[in-house]
Amino acid sequence: MSLEEVKVEPKQKFLDIYQEHINDIKNGSPDYINEIREKAIKQFEILGIPDKKDENYKYTDLNNEFDNGYKMYLSPKNIKFEVNDIFTCDVPDLNTKVILLLNGWYYDRENLIHELPGGAIIGSFQAAAKRYPELVKKHFANYAKMDKEGLVAMNTAFSQDGVFFYVPKGVVIEKPIQIINILMDEEEGFTQHRNLFILEDNSEASIVVCDHTLSRPNFLTNSVSEIFVGKNADLKYSRMQNEHNGSKQVSNLYLHQERDSRVNANTISLHGGLIRNNVHVMLGGEGCENTTTGLYLTDKGQHIDNYMYMDHAYPNCTSNQLFKGVLDDFATGAFSGKVLVRKDAQKTQAFQSNNNILLTDDADIKTKPQLEIYADDVKCSHGATVGQLDLDALFYMRTRGIPKKEAKLLLMSAFAYDVIKTIQVPALQERIQDLVDKRLRGELSRCNSCQMHCC
Amino acid sequence: MEKDQDKILNEVTQGEYKYGFVTDIENESIAKGLNEDVVRLISQKKNEPEFMLESRLKAFRYWQTMKMPEWAHLKIPEINYQDIIYYSAPKQKVTLESMDDVDPDLKATFDKLGIPLDEQKMMSGVAVDAVMDSVSVKTTFKESLAELGIIFCSFSEAVQEHPDLVKKYMGSVVPYTDNYFAALNSAVFSDGSFCFIPKGVRCPMELSTYFRINAANTGQFERTLIVAEDDAYVSYLEGCTAPQRDENQLHAAIVEIVAAKNAEVKYSTVQNWYPGDKNGKGGIYNFVTKRGKCAGNNSKISWTQVETGSAVTWKYPSCILLGDNSVGEFYSVAVTNNHQQADTGSKMIHIGKNTKSIIVSKGISAGVSQNSYRGLVKVVKNATNARNFSQCDSLLLGDKCGAHTFPYIEVDNKDAVVEHEATTSKIGEDQIFYCNQRGIKTEDAIGLIVNGYAKEVLNKLPMEFAVEAQKLLAISLEGSVG
Repeated sequence: MSLEEVKVEPKQKFLDIYQEHINDIKNGSPDYINEIREKAIKQFEILGIPDKKDENYKYTDLNNEFDNGYKMYLSPKNIKFEVNDIFTCDVPDLNTKVILLLNGWYYDRENLIHELPGGAIIGSFQAAAKRYPELVKKHFANYAKMDKEGLVAMNTAFSQDGVFFYVPKGVVIEKPIQIINILMDEEEGFTQHRNLFILEDNSEASIVVCDHTLSRPNFLTNSVSEIFVGKNADLKYSRMQNEHNGSKQVSNLYLHQERDSRVNANTISLHGGLIRNNVHVMLGGEGCENTTTGLYLTDKGQHIDNYMYMDHAYPNCTSNQLFKGVLDDFATGAFSGKVLVRKDAQKTQAFQSNNNILLTDDADIKTKPQLEIYADDVKCSHGATVGQLDLDALFYMRTRGIPKKEAKLLLMSAFAYDVIKTIQVPALQERIQDLVDKRLRGELSRCNSCQMHCC
Repeated sequence: MEKDQDKILNEVTQGEYKYGFVTDIENESIAKGLNEDVVRLISQKKNEPEFMLESRLKAFRYWQTMKMPEWAHLKIPEINYQDIIYYSAPKQKVTLESMDDVDPDLKATFDKLGIPLDEQKMMSGVAVDAVMDSVSVKTTFKESLAELGIIFCSFSEAVQEHPDLVKKYMGSVVPYTDNYFAALNSAVFSDGSFCFIPKGVRCPMELSTYFRINAANTGQFERTLIVAEDDAYVSYLEGCTAPQRDENQLHAAIVEIVAAKNAEVKYSTVQNWYPGDKNGKGGIYNFVTKRGKCAGNNSKISWTQVETGSAVTWKYPSCILLGDNSVGEFYSVAVTNNHQQADTGSKMIHIGKNTKSIIVSKGISAGVSQNSYRGLVKVVKNATNARNFSQCDSLLLGDKCGAHTFPYIEVDNKDAVVEHEATTSKIGEDQIFYCNQRGIKTEDAIGLIVNGYAKEVLNKLPMEFAVEAQKLLAISLEGSVG
């Protein structure tokens, strides 16, 4: 078999599926979305699924991962489960509005759209695309550009449902929105959901997204979330990835910020067979602030790859990136972060940092922080480190009677805390701290196919 | 004040290239174009043994299957490899007996460059091998070095007189399959320097090579090979200049260093090829593969470079840290101005145990130039206790230039400690204000700050070079900095 054939194969398979099920896929979506679908599939045909030859996927070859016979969910599947059972995701002291996605489909088929106080809307993406065409049309596929990313094109072509969230001008949503992506089925499945969050000018909201697998089989996810943050709006976005080792996910987040907006985004990766997070941030106006952080804790054969693209297109913006990871057993990790400062984006301040701890010789990490700067009046820096736990600190603690194991945990916990403390919802911060500590103790991984009995 | 500063920066960045003269020397060159016959002809002209021709042909055939790499952050117009003269030598009458036999014009050229070719300049204590248009013109101090067993001569001479050594080491660090330009060089290289330091010898003087492109339409392809046996030490300098011409000229070189047990090699470069004029016309395309192999335990290779010339620079001096406890160092100042583009950096491959490396890279961009740092630090699985520290700073002098950093870090071993940090900024207004307040003119202040910024690297240069490098930095950036 030649290399070419390997590359073509999965791509062709998806192109065939698209043609074969074109009616199922288009069914339920309004015409303007289906038109974009057609463009997207053509683009996907050109770009395909990225493999190692693609510089941005140098350390994560997705071509193989997509080469499988997983079932695609072209219509919602009705699986009943006890909502109360699920929640380890429950955050004590945090009153949230919970939205469920089951295998990429909005779960509550009876109430597809909820209206929240102040005119805010949350609900199924598919239903919203029909009911609010003007709103969706304005933003959909506007930020998640398909010209370079084959997987975004693929998602745009195939995705049917997801979460739609809209906050009108000046409205403050007090209660965090919690979106729980559940993967559950008896057979292996491939989901591609699509989220669109719109925060109009001067609005405020916080969103918590959790990814969970509730059954054994292997899953593959290729999701795209587009977030528009209007002028002077404020968004807090936290994502917790906790899937079993047989799951693979590519999550694409496209964030567009208008002037003077503030975004705080965190991704906490606790578990997952293969995780690839693509975060693209466009600072599309003056005076934007962005803090994007990530924490990844991997062991066994897990693989995590964080890709970050920070686009400073306008002057006077500030961005902060902090990614930290602990890699155990034979886990592998990669980080790639790029800060682009465009020509006239003067007075930019951009900072990026990636720190890694390797606990074993079999674990490995590749890191690639990058700066591309075309303006002169800027302050930019990046740093990357790979190291181990501080032996002096360990020794110090042991002289104070702290057992070695405990001392190690303390150090790792402290290492992780730098990221955790950037989470701005206090109750969530506590909860994640708790989960991370558990994870570091190995308690979360004991039942690695299911989180139901952990708490 | 802002305006004032801009004006000064402007003046500062308009310095002229002072090595842009052409020497009228008769050249012997072959026709333009590249094919197997040309490769054979070069080999024949140099009267090379069979193995050299074979290795050239192998490289040439391999090169034909390759494509020019495009990954660098450079915009390079297509290069027509058939439009280049691959061999050009200053015409000399018979073999040189002494300095008096050297063509006076040639001598004048090197005098003009301030190169102590003349034996009279014995006091300066630098042994020089001067290479003009790819052919080594004269090597000084050869005899006194030979007494110590040191071989320092042109590459062609080494091929004739020490074929075993050449055969053993040539291509052992940079094989012809390494990359596009390495393959091209391996096929058509015409000359270069060869240096061999035998066991236990500490080379008593700095060895130096000066490269000069003179003839028009020629490419310069030289090759340097430095071998330091056990416990040997050598410090090696390289300088380059070229005349001012409207068309672009190609320069593709290979430098290979082998350091055996406890050996230390220090390699310093001041690269000052013609960078092109203010509008980006002309200039040298500089594609260089430089690599050192710390083959033995406790060996050390140190690269220091001051890059101010060339329209395009593509250069990544690297160290393969094979021996246990070996050390690799890379210190670089890269200055780009006007339309210059540079993509340069270093690779440190940690293979042995307890290996250490340090990378210090200082980029200065002005005008509409683009300056990139690209590097790799790799720690393989068995390289326990590897240590790396990298620092890549960029200074921007103008709002139309770019500074970029592309470091790659790949770690497979838990004992490794790898740190990378990079900053990009312009000269702080507060720094200039502070100087002004102390009665230092803005112009001088910028000079002070730039020099201070590059000091860490300039300090690593041997004395003779440090002075020149500082001056160069001044010329590249300005009329008066320094």
